[in-house]
Amino acid sequence: MAGERTITLEVQRFHPEADEAPYLQPYTIPFSEGTSVLEGLQHIKDRLDGSLTFRWSCRMAVCGSCGCMIDGEPALACRAFLRDYAPGPVRVAPLDHLPIRRDLVVDQSDFLAKLERARTYLIPADERTPADGAYRQTPEEMADYYDYAQCINCLLCYAACPQYGWDQAFTGPAVLALVQRYDLDSRDAGKDARRAVVNADTGVWGCTLVGYCSEVCPKGVDPARAINQRKPASVADYLLGWLRPSGGEGTP
Amino acid sequence: MTERSVDSDLVIVGGGGAGLRAAIAAAEADPGLRIALLSKVVPMRSHTVAAEGGAAGVARADDSLAGHFTDTVAGGDWLCDQDVVERFVAACPEEMVRLEQWGCPWSRQADGRPQVRFFGGMTTQRSWYAADKTGFHLLHTLFQTTLRYPGIERYDEYYCADLLVDDGEACGVLALEIASGEPVRFSAPAVILATGGAGRAYGQNTNAGIVTGEGMAMAYAHGVPLRDMEFVQWHPTTLPGSGILITEGCRGEGGVLTNREGRRYLQDYGLGPPEPWPRPKAMELGPRDWLSQAFWREDQAGRTVPTAQGAAVQLDLRQLGEARILERLPLITDVARRFAGVDPLHAPIPVRPAVHYTMGGIPTDAEGAAPLAGLFAAGECASTGIHGANRLGSNSLAELLVFGRAAGEAAARRAREAGRRRHARAAAQLAEAAARPALAMLRNERGERVAALRDALHATMERHVGIFRNQAGLEQACADLAELRERYRRGVRLDDRSRIYNTEWLSALELGHTLQVAEAMACSARARLESRGAHRRDDAYSERDDERFLVHTLAHARGEAAPALEHAPVTITRAAPQRRAYGAAAEAAGGEGA
Repeated sequence: MAGERTITLEVQRFHPEADEAPYLQPYTIPFSEGTSVLEGLQHIKDRLDGSLTFRWSCRMAVCGSCGCMIDGEPALACRAFLRDYAPGPVRVAPLDHLPIRRDLVVDQSDFLAKLERARTYLIPADERTPADGAYRQTPEEMADYYDYAQCINCLLCYAACPQYGWDQAFTGPAVLALVQRYDLDSRDAGKDARRAVVNADTGVWGCTLVGYCSEVCPKGVDPARAINQRKPASVADYLLGWLRPSGGEGTP
Repeated sequence: MTERSVDSDLVIVGGGGAGLRAAIAAAEADPGLRIALLSKVVPMRSHTVAAEGGAAGVARADDSLAGHFTDTVAGGDWLCDQDVVERFVAACPEEMVRLEQWGCPWSRQADGRPQVRFFGGMTTQRSWYAADKTGFHLLHTLFQTTLRYPGIERYDEYYCADLLVDDGEACGVLALEIASGEPVRFSAPAVILATGGAGRAYGQNTNAGIVTGEGMAMAYAHGVPLRDMEFVQWHPTTLPGSGILITEGCRGEGGVLTNREGRRYLQDYGLGPPEPWPRPKAMELGPRDWLSQAFWREDQAGRTVPTAQGAAVQLDLRQLGEARILERLPLITDVARRFAGVDPLHAPIPVRPAVHYTMGGIPTDAEGAAPLAGLFAAGECASTGIHGANRLGSNSLAELLVFGRAAGEAAARRAREAGRRRHARAAAQLAEAAARPALAMLRNERGERVAALRDALHATMERHVGIFRNQAGLEQACADLAELRERYRRGVRLDDRSRIYNTEWLSALELGHTLQVAEAMACSARARLESRGAHRRDDAYSERDDERFLVHTLAHARGEAAPALEHAPVTITRAAPQRRAYGAAAEAAGGEGA
């Protein structure tokens, strides 16, 4: 089309059976004011090179599938727009710190395993049934945890976290924020069950307060705040553990 | 030979709301069950995540189950199976409370009780909501709750390629592990399909890319008819071009729609008068079929607003005020700013209809059982009979909870009674046969690109099976789809022939299923010679015809040929068909849905 703007995407490619190391492949594509980076990738896949591999689904920044590094910053491809990278080229690579499965597809299994270990689900004090009715929870009580409940598990914060880059044993921003989401919920009584994950060296104490996780979060979750909010309680647990013969069990 | 296999008691295909709710129900009903939960995406990526506005369940003292029943049946233009609607509305409130007890952050009243909001076609506030991220919170709550049950074994990023059916009984599925591209056979005496709708048969839709209809198509190919496929819902308020959803909750909170002249045009379509506002079952809180049809007429009359992405009308939230918009509609605010370049605090959002929901699907009874032993379906892929010809907003999230649970419990009983391994030998052979066509596609040397066929599909469906249809267009659509299926059979050529994360291959497999579902939609529409709900014609059949068409449509697959169609009775228990009325007409009749 006449007068159409174009931009070059330099996309990182890697096929585990064919490539020894990742490399960049340039693709030049048309774009308009509203074209997202994801739509750029889709254009390439549909029209130019069907082998380019990436995850996507909702294309409205809520499913968390399409996280990648765009010009070195973790971002959701559907929520980043090519106009902001013009005249280009713009570099698109898989999320940092996560094993690459193919092209832009990373391995999410470490995150999922940590989520399970951390028991990020409501653990009630008593087995309530629907016949007992809904819990009462005021808007003020909800505000304690609500921001942390906005996590879409997109893993941008893991790509941003230098600590996770050094040591993958670190539980990491999103899982710790989700632990805090349940620990702060007035309906929950599972803090003890999650304590070991939080207090471990790989828990809140693994965080070195860089805060980049919170900057890149597309949902304003602020995992850095969640983690640091939790450190005083973790200190108290530690000290009480010294005072108790049983060593750290029970509720402080 | 398919090398890998997993023997379970129950296989669930789909990790969205319905699949997760079914898994939890089965695990609770029978903790000893081995439940294989397959999903082509990690469950929290499922399309349930994108639902925004709410989930219906009677909550207020001034509301009643009869009210929810009547609104649903009238909203469905009397094509609902009323016995199932009765069970549905009775089960909704308990499901909402259960979700609450699992941690769902429902929006609250000042005293701590859950809050409910208005939704289109509902007589009073009965839609439970979590700001405008109801589906997101519901899905994450369900997903996180599944982590408590050791019996639920997740197979994330497994694409279900086919059902295994032996001797008239479902006995498992053949899946492809996406990471390796390897076929894996899952055997079980009970299979639940929770694979979602087929909105991606259309180009402009609110659906995630994964909503490609393969669960419906697989059941269909194995002899299960698809029911009421002509009823496709257009959501009236989506972003032009992308089709990104702008929730009905905007109107529930008091947003208004205006045309190019600034007029609240819905008053000209039997939904007025405009004031007082907001009020239930009037104006912008009319049902989705009427609102989408009104847009189409405004566009024909030249009263829409042109945008770079096509015609639109204006959704104005400004009168809500900043605090209410940011509290109740934060996702919409971000989406409008980011994706439309409009700040809803200061300007109206341009919106237009786009395909949103597949009312039809795999027919089931109230327990989720399909007409094939061992097969169950829940959620959007199912046709339980509650939506009729037009689904009311917020009934689908409620549906996936109510019928996800019912299907999970019924499938758990079936699993225990039937026992494992009955079909073991046959299943292995069936799996091998099922894998063959998928693997053969990797070797095609000739054919068309996936995108070329998909674009042609979208063009046909948008043009001929749209908000308004007519006989000539539907004939053309059926012919086009037969030809597209033939082109697909002749060959799809892939750039990518490898196995590992071959997403081009997966989209080619999905497309084959979508084409077949689209053909069922078009042919079912062609056979319905009346207008009802979302099936609206602008030819000789522009009126509802209860004499001939107060019936379900059943499309039976016939291999490469077009489907065979038959009609089947609708169950009516207590609400005899009446003329649908909203706005002043409904208010004159006493507001009881008549």
